[in-house]
Amino acid sequence: MNIAVTKEKMKPTDFASDQEVRWCPGCGDYAILKAVQRTLPDLDTPKENYVFVSGIGCSSRFPYYMSTYGFHTIHGRAPAFATGIKIANPELDVWMVTGDGDGFSIGGNHMLHVLRRNVDLQILLCNNEIYGLTKGQYSPTSEVGLRTPSSPDGSVDTPLKPLVFTLGAGARFAARAYDTQKTLPEVLKRAHAHKGTSLVEILQNCIVYNDAVFDNVLARDVAAEKQLHVEHGKPLIFGAEKNKGIRLNARTLTLEAVTIGENGVTEEDILVHDETNRSLATLIAAMDGHDLPMAFGVIYCDPAPTYEAGIEAKLDAAKASGTPSLDALLRQGHTWQA
Amino acid sequence: MNELKIKTEISAVPRKEISSVVIRFAGDSGDGIQITGSRFTDTTALAGNDLATFPDFPAEIRAPVGTTFGVSAFQINFGSRRIETAGDDPDVLVALNPAALMVNLARLKPGGMIIVDSGTFSDRNLKKAGYLANPLEDGSLSAYSVVDIDITKHVLESVKEFGLTQKEGLRCKNFWVLGLVYWIYGRDRSDTIDWLRRKFAKRPEIADANIAALNAGHIFGEASEVSGLTHLYTIPAAEMPHGLYRTVTGGEALAWGLVAGAELANLKIFFGSYPITPASPVLHTLAKMKQFGVKTFQAEDEIAAVCSAIGASYAGSLGITSSSGPGIALKGEAIGLAISTELPLIIVNSQRAGPSTGMPTKTEQSDLYQAVYGRNGDAPVVVLAAHGPSDCFDVAIEACRLATKYMTPVMLLTDGYIGNAAEPWLIPSVADRTPFPIRFETNPEGFAPFNRNPETLARQWAVPGTPGLEHRIGGIEKEDGSGNISYEPANHQRMTDLRRDKILNIANDIPEQTVESGESSGALAVVGWGSTYGPISRAVDNKLAEGKKVSHIHLRHIWPLPRNLGDLLRGFDKVIVPEMNDGQLKTVLRDQYLIDAQPLTKVTGQPFKISEIERAIDAALEN
Repeated sequence: MNIAVTKEKMKPTDFASDQEVRWCPGCGDYAILKAVQRTLPDLDTPKENYVFVSGIGCSSRFPYYMSTYGFHTIHGRAPAFATGIKIANPELDVWMVTGDGDGFSIGGNHMLHVLRRNVDLQILLCNNEIYGLTKGQYSPTSEVGLRTPSSPDGSVDTPLKPLVFTLGAGARFAARAYDTQKTLPEVLKRAHAHKGTSLVEILQNCIVYNDAVFDNVLARDVAAEKQLHVEHGKPLIFGAEKNKGIRLNARTLTLEAVTIGENGVTEEDILVHDETNRSLATLIAAMDGHDLPMAFGVIYCDPAPTYEAGIEAKLDAAKASGTPSLDALLRQGHTWQA
Repeated sequence: MNELKIKTEISAVPRKEISSVVIRFAGDSGDGIQITGSRFTDTTALAGNDLATFPDFPAEIRAPVGTTFGVSAFQINFGSRRIETAGDDPDVLVALNPAALMVNLARLKPGGMIIVDSGTFSDRNLKKAGYLANPLEDGSLSAYSVVDIDITKHVLESVKEFGLTQKEGLRCKNFWVLGLVYWIYGRDRSDTIDWLRRKFAKRPEIADANIAALNAGHIFGEASEVSGLTHLYTIPAAEMPHGLYRTVTGGEALAWGLVAGAELANLKIFFGSYPITPASPVLHTLAKMKQFGVKTFQAEDEIAAVCSAIGASYAGSLGITSSSGPGIALKGEAIGLAISTELPLIIVNSQRAGPSTGMPTKTEQSDLYQAVYGRNGDAPVVVLAAHGPSDCFDVAIEACRLATKYMTPVMLLTDGYIGNAAEPWLIPSVADRTPFPIRFETNPEGFAPFNRNPETLARQWAVPGTPGLEHRIGGIEKEDGSGNISYEPANHQRMTDLRRDKILNIANDIPEQTVESGESSGALAVVGWGSTYGPISRAVDNKLAEGKKVSHIHLRHIWPLPRNLGDLLRGFDKVIVPEMNDGQLKTVLRDQYLIDAQPLTKVTGQPFKISEIERAIDAALEN
């Protein structure tokens, strides 16, 4: 029974498949792949129990580059496949990889339902705010005004905020990171530890069709002022001097950025992150790097029973009355002898 | 009080013995016509008659009261001889309101009996039904034998003591009528009484009122025998093969067959489905079978339903999805993925009238093209068709066998008529069936996901959780063997050929086509599939009895077709293909065998009548 213990610890390279990675050089997906391969050796799942499921899009090629079980399915439907896999065998450790188009445009309906059902999955949303594989059309997360082949004079679509959607759908875990973030494996481990659907939005740079789209938040020179790395129980502080914070305007029920020591603001006024508070999480998730910094880390985590556990409980209850016989069932009720 | 009268039962009044009768119950969709029909069905079955039923109801759950489009009907054909169909034209029409009479009168046999509730023939209801004058008074029903009773009044009288509201009291009307019809045919009421007691265990006053109404209808019959209101009949038990019987609907038999098939394959069922008329009864039946380890998943839509089922098959369950034509259309892309990744999958299509939403509660067989051809790319699947309610059981088992043995999607065609109709069923023994246990691959030595069994061409089934067999699959063309992505031209040709040959090869693993009745060659073959079995079988038997040279061939395997079918059909001078569509199997047969198959089509939402097929046989033999 101690085979797992005596086994040598797996290395990131043990999770790389023999297939040549075919993303564009410089694509953010490389960093995400590496982060996942660095994460898995630290988890206690037997390798054969990992399943990577994806839809269609650049990031959905992900499973081919992992040496685990993998299923590259059809556009937008990965949540449904993942749900079937997890219900069929709850022992499996299912990871879903999707993008902003796959997950929130063609697959928006499935995303909504997997989140509300709380199937125990990790969903990695690689958000690059563009359709890469079809050569650069605007996506449901693209900013208004984005010029692309299908919006030559600028898109008029209001973008969707994936984490606000996630929380609105009733998900029990929501986190944000960016592709090259050193601590991405830590966020992935939190997502994995959470039993239920864990969605991690990963800002992913598309070097060919939407390069530097997140620079307003991620560029080195603005990072300190535009990023707020949240931690449960810690005040929402940011800025190069660590003297800025997020305060609740109780009159408007909105968040505002304030500077400690200015206008009578003290540390007492700064909100403390509570990852089990859905209202707070929804406000934090909506911060987009324009007026307020963008939040990174685990924004919401408040576990609830998983969908597949509910199904198993119903099955167990039905089986409690003993071993069933189909032949007996067919002979129940009204029968007669001819 | 009424208990005493039950004992009086069948008196000395002579009963006329008849071999079969067709009764059509019709009323408002709130009148409980389907319940009346199913209670009559059970009682008839327990009396040992053979029977076939045809529930014919509107899509509206509660259409405005008294309208023609709110009329619900239930037809039953029962007898002491073999019953193949729900009957062409009813001998008896029970019409609980003017609209029911208006809609159904044209079907009634000349001289047939009409039992009407005259209490509903008010000016208002007559107008709603479209009558300018009261047909009970204007002589327009003189060609029929009319039993005209103010049932409304009688039923309210009979339930007076139970303190029900007028509305609740009127809901007992269907049981009053049932009591009267039981009297006419000398049927025992005890099964229906037991059913009412069980059904309304928590509301005994409702059970008591309905039982009182049932008894009152019966007593009314007894009393009226003096006045000669109607003849009384007896229908002896039918000669049936020995054994234990029950009634079964197609929806039940299909669900049970899937559970039996999964058991024989040693797999657990995952059933992903989205509610749709008329397919939902399969989902409902399976949702009650959790004790067998059946996992049902009501998905957010048709696409998620099939995708979850494919996911479950990938994870080592038997993935099944179920729908009707519009839902199957939505599943098309995912079915292609199951073909490409070569995973077992069963897709049940309870066909209904199309295209688009069509007529959801009306039956049709117009999804044959969709089943055989309806996907992007060269995408062959196995297609099977059940021909009647109890046949669904065997076809479901066959679907499980083929899906798992050949690692392929199997489309199982049934239809709204089969799904809802009931018939007596000689209960099979699952324990006596030959198991076909699947074998999951577990050996990493030389493993590759698309390694194939050289005989079946099926790939190995290696499920997640198996150490050493980690692999990736997907919908992009893959290299045979390794499963790695491949755009290599010769490989795509090879994979397309393999996917085709794997399915065509199944023709060697299914029975040769047999002839249902008549000679195996001759002047005329009537070729059917699916729920036209009943009327074709009866029509051909009738014509054979007249000495005509005609044969009935009925297909269960639509794709691949049985290996001897071409030779068999070429042995006939003529081939006609009755179908409830615009000629779809006809086209497939012409394409496959270059034979001059002639269509006989009907798309009225109603099953073929025996007489319609008889006329086609006569016409074909004359020319």
